[in-house]
Amino acid sequence: MNVPTRSTQDPLWARVLLIGSAVGFLVLFLLVPLASVFVEAFRKGVAVYFASLTEENARSAIVLTLTIAAIAVPFNAVFGVAAAWAVAKFQFKGKSLLLALIDLPFAVSPVVSGLVYVLLFGRNGLFGNWLIAHNIKIIFAVPGMALATIFVTFPFVARELIPLMQSQGSDQEYAALSLGASGWQTFRRVTLPNIKWALFYGVILCNARAMGEFGAVSVVSGHIRGETNTLPLHVEVLYNEYNFAAAFACASMLSLLGLLTLCLKTFIEWRAGLRRRNH
Amino acid sequence: MGFTLTYLGLVVLIPLTMVFVKTSGLGFNGIWTAVSTDRVIAAFRLTFGLSALAGVLNAIFGFVVAWVLVRYPFPGRRFLDAAVDLPFAMPTAVAGIALTALYAPNGWIGQHLKPLGIKVAFAPLGILIALTFIGLPFVVRTLQPVLEDLDMAQEEAAASLGATRWQTFIRVIFPRLVPALITGSALSFARAVGEYGSVVFIAGNQPGKTEIVPLLIITKLEQYDYAGATALAALMLVISFVLLLIINILQRWSSARHTK
Repeated sequence: MNVPTRSTQDPLWARVLLIGSAVGFLVLFLLVPLASVFVEAFRKGVAVYFASLTEENARSAIVLTLTIAAIAVPFNAVFGVAAAWAVAKFQFKGKSLLLALIDLPFAVSPVVSGLVYVLLFGRNGLFGNWLIAHNIKIIFAVPGMALATIFVTFPFVARELIPLMQSQGSDQEYAALSLGASGWQTFRRVTLPNIKWALFYGVILCNARAMGEFGAVSVVSGHIRGETNTLPLHVEVLYNEYNFAAAFACASMLSLLGLLTLCLKTFIEWRAGLRRRNH
Repeated sequence: MGFTLTYLGLVVLIPLTMVFVKTSGLGFNGIWTAVSTDRVIAAFRLTFGLSALAGVLNAIFGFVVAWVLVRYPFPGRRFLDAAVDLPFAMPTAVAGIALTALYAPNGWIGQHLKPLGIKVAFAPLGILIALTFIGLPFVVRTLQPVLEDLDMAQEEAAASLGATRWQTFIRVIFPRLVPALITGSALSFARAVGEYGSVVFIAGNQPGKTEIVPLLIITKLEQYDYAGATALAALMLVISFVLLLIINILQRWSSARHTK
């Protein structure tokens, strides 16, 4: 941290003005919307709030959201470790291409991410006829939603791990291997402890996005109430039915998840001294 | 290694190629008729115009926020620093309905704007606010590390050579931040172009007026116009690729400047 001396200190009026506008902007733009979610959620009282969360469709939406996250996050965590391992510990041609491809889902519109799976598995899609013949439902069903979620949350873990594993190099792994440890032992006892905080960090971000994803899941879900509505989709349905109290009650659950994510993230940054990176 | 490539191929590459395969099946004329309607052109103009504007707004506000968070100690700074990531952590649908509720004509903020004749929700201005909201963290988080690493000795040197603080800022500090500022702004733009969840609620979604491209894709899908939806998606994908490329080049430029 740079400590300003008198010569590099900004004038008091400039400091006050800048702090004032930054704080004002953040409060107006970030905190007021967040607060409004909770105010709107409790507008009709606590009883309505809890009733809208325990109602049958809301319950099934919560279960589905958790299920999809439980599928998508482990897949992407394993891939993230494997990809970071491949990028950091081996030299090969086209590495920067691979890195760009890993980042790709961040750049693609969520709507397009959902659409590609409709094109693959939908009624008129590449595998559409085969799937219908075998009576397998992917689009407008849970597998499609899980796939779309995997797609959009694909880069999170890998992105956190790659720079860390690159900077750590592989000296410790070589040491372990030369002392007679097996590959798995090396991974579990040497690599994993080294990357555990970054891994945890990536998993948390991945999970937050998986549970909150809207656009991609919306395209493949078909919005069947009680069956293929995740919590964010349920919020949309309620909102469009002008059932605002219930919509905001469910939204407040998702906001709590977001806040929890922020807290854990800040905790890990503090704990592991991880440098902030842009996403 | 093999696993990585297989997984990447299965999850990302094959699905994305499908878009282009399907689109090329339309032929040039098919693509042209799908994307050259007035409604599509209006949607593209709206999406890109507002995303660019949001990128500029974020560059300005993001700069002020990053500067204040790095340079000035004040009570609550750590808290605000963490709060900057709120748009990343909040599901987009939640942000969408929250912003709509605030800026609707009877909302907390909307009711004060209504007498002034300013319409935010269900108008382009509302879309702009949503796009600025989701893009803000990109600029702040790109600028912060660069600002933290700036060597204050240079500023002291400038001051000791007689430069005013303002001159120091314009001639010494600002030029070093430009690459990061542009990178952050470009990231925010790229995100805004594809954004869906936070925009649909506040936009009003009138064709030709407040309809963004991602929404148009969904509308076409719901009408079983797969060809039209795919052609639009392919166009969006090409644009995303180009943006990604530009951002990569910008980031390289930024870090080259940064380590010099």
